[in-house]
Amino acid sequence: MSTVPLENKDLLPDVKDDATQGRPTMQKRVKQKLTSRRATAAAVIIAVLWTIPTFGLLISSFRPEDNIKGNGWWNVFSDRQFTLENYADVLSPGGSQSPNLLSYFVNSLAIVIPGTIFTLVLGSMAAYMFAWGRFRGKDSLFIFVFALQIVPLQMALIPLLQLFTKVLTIGDFQLLPSGTYAQLWVAHTIFGLPLAIFLLHNFIAEIPGEVIEAARVDGAGHSTIFWRIIIPLATPALASFGIFQFLWLWNDLLVALVFSGGGADVAPITQRLAELQGSRGGEWQRLTAGAFVSMIIPLAVFFGLQRYFVRGLLAGGLKG
Amino acid sequence: MEDIADKGLQVVVGLAVFAAIIGLIMLVVDRAPKSGREKIQIAGFLAPALLLLAVGLVFPALQTSYLSLTGRNGEFVGLDNFVWMFTQPEALVTLRNTVIWVILVPLLASAIGLAYAVFIDRARGERALKALVFMPMAISFVGAGIIWRFVYAYKGPEQDQIGLFNQILVWFGQEPKQFLLDAPTNTFFLIAVMIWIQTGFAMVVLSAAIKGIPTEIVEAARLDGASAWQQFRNVTIPTIRGSLIVVVTTITIGTLKVFDIVRTMTAGQYETSVVANEMYTQAFRAGEPGRGAALALILFLMVLPVVVYNARLLRKQKEIR
Repeated sequence: MSTVPLENKDLLPDVKDDATQGRPTMQKRVKQKLTSRRATAAAVIIAVLWTIPTFGLLISSFRPEDNIKGNGWWNVFSDRQFTLENYADVLSPGGSQSPNLLSYFVNSLAIVIPGTIFTLVLGSMAAYMFAWGRFRGKDSLFIFVFALQIVPLQMALIPLLQLFTKVLTIGDFQLLPSGTYAQLWVAHTIFGLPLAIFLLHNFIAEIPGEVIEAARVDGAGHSTIFWRIIIPLATPALASFGIFQFLWLWNDLLVALVFSGGGADVAPITQRLAELQGSRGGEWQRLTAGAFVSMIIPLAVFFGLQRYFVRGLLAGGLKG
Repeated sequence: MEDIADKGLQVVVGLAVFAAIIGLIMLVVDRAPKSGREKIQIAGFLAPALLLLAVGLVFPALQTSYLSLTGRNGEFVGLDNFVWMFTQPEALVTLRNTVIWVILVPLLASAIGLAYAVFIDRARGERALKALVFMPMAISFVGAGIIWRFVYAYKGPEQDQIGLFNQILVWFGQEPKQFLLDAPTNTFFLIAVMIWIQTGFAMVVLSAAIKGIPTEIVEAARLDGASAWQQFRNVTIPTIRGSLIVVVTTITIGTLKVFDIVRTMTAGQYETSVVANEMYTQAFRAGEPGRGAALALILFLMVLPVVVYNARLLRKQKEIR
C-alpha cells in the first residue's frame, strides 16, 4: 500500500488544513464532487437487475399453482392472490411423490454443523503449528498445503469413495458407514482444510509473540497455549471462516451427490432440489417454494452476520 | 419426529467421537516424555490435518492421474482418454465451453463489480445497495439455477409467458425463445448466472480496496484537474491492482470448477457441458472412470498456473517477513 510522503501535502496548503482539522468535511466535499448523478443511476440499474430474478421467485412462491403456471409473476400487481399452500406442500412428509423437504433440511443441518466444527478445530490446530511451531521444512510444507487448495475436488472424488467403501471396511464393519453422515463429514473436512489452515494461519501468526513466549516461560505446553490463548484470541477469524465454511457446505451439491446415496436419511436439501428440477422441471409451485426453503438459512446467516461475512471475505480475498 | 431424533443422535455421536479423538491427542501430547516432547507436540497438532490431506487429496490426486490412463475395465490404455478428449466432437465442445466460461466470467464479473463499487462509493444508501448485489453469493448454485430457469422459462407463443425474459421479448413483439435449448447461445445464458453470483464477490473486495486509497492521492489528482475517468484510470486502477489480481484469480478458479449451475440447469445437454460437469457424467453416470479422471486432470492442469503464481507470491511474502 503506497502512502503519500508528507512534503506532498505541504505543497497543497488547502488540503493540508482540511486533512489535519476537518476530515469529515473534506470527505463530504470529495463525495459531492465525485458522486455524479449518472453513476448513481447506473448503480441503481445494476442493483435492480441483480435483485429482480430473486424477487420474482419469492413472489411466485406465494402464488397459487394455477397462477404460477398460467402467467408471469408480474401479474400479481393486478391480480392479488397469495397462498402458503406451496410451502405446506414441499415441507410435508407425504408419500414418495412428495418433496418432503423438511427431512432434507434437517440433513443439511446435520451435515453442515459437524462438518464446519471439524474443519475449524483441525484447521486451527495445524495453523497454530505452522505459525508458532519450530521445525525444519515448515515453510515448504505450509506452501504445499496452500497449493493443495487448488486440486479440484473432482480429482479426489473417485479415489476417496473407493477408500471409504473398500479400504476402510473390514468384513461387514465400515469405519465410516455409508448411509450415515460420517462420509460426508470427513469428505467436507478434507476439502475445507487447505483454505482453513491458510486463512487461520495468517491470523494466528499475527498474535503478538510476547504473549505466547510469556506462557511458555511459565511452563505452558502447546496444548495449554492453544486452548487458553490461541483459540480465544483467534475467535474473530474462526467466526468469519466458520461462516464461510458453513455456507459452502450448505450450498454444496457435488460432494453430496457422490457420498450421500441420495435417500431422505442422508441427502442434503440442495441434492433434493436438483433432483426435483430434473424430474419435475415444470412444477414451478414446488420449485419456487423449495428454492426459498433452501435459501432461508444462508440468507439469515448472510443478513444476520454480514459484518463477519465481509470481513472473512476480505481476509481471504486480499491474500495477494 | 422419530426421524429427526435419530438424525440428532447421529450428530451427537459424531461430535462425541471427534471430541474424544482430540482429547486423546491433547492427553498424549501433554504426557509426552521430556526428551523430544517438542517434536511429539508438533506432530500431535499437525498429524490429523496432514493425514486427512494425504489420504483425501494427495493420494487421490495421484491415483486419479493413473486412472486417467486406464479404460472402462481398469485396463491400461495409455493416452487413449486424452486422444478421445481432443478428437471427439462432444468432448471438444466441452473444452470449448470451459474456455468461454473462464474468459467471460472473471472478466465481466470483475468489470461490473468494479464499476458498481466505484459508482456506489460514498453514495447514499451504500450499504443497502451493496447488500442487494452481494446477496446472490449466499444463495446456492442450485437455488440460483432455479431462479434463472424461471427467468428463462419458455411457453409457446399462443400462451401467456411465465419467464421474464420471454415476456420482455413478447412485449417488444418478438417470438419467445428457448433460451436454454438453442446452442450455441445457451452457454452464454448459463454464464450470465455465474456472473450474477460472482459480481458481488468482486464488488465487496474491490470496494474495500477503493476505500483503502489514501484520500490525499485522490484529492491531489482532483486538484491537478483530472477528470473522473482519468482519476479512475490513473489513480484507482493502479492502487488497487493487487486486489484486482486476487479477485480475477479467485473467480477464475471458481469458474473452472463450476459444476452445479450446468448440472441443474441443462445437465450438460444441448452442447452446454463444461469439463467439471462432463467429468461427473463420465465417471459416475456413463461408467467411464478413466475418461472422468482424464478430464479431472485437465482441470488440474488448467488451474496449475494459478497455483504456481499464488505460491510464488506467498513465498515472496514469507521472505519479506
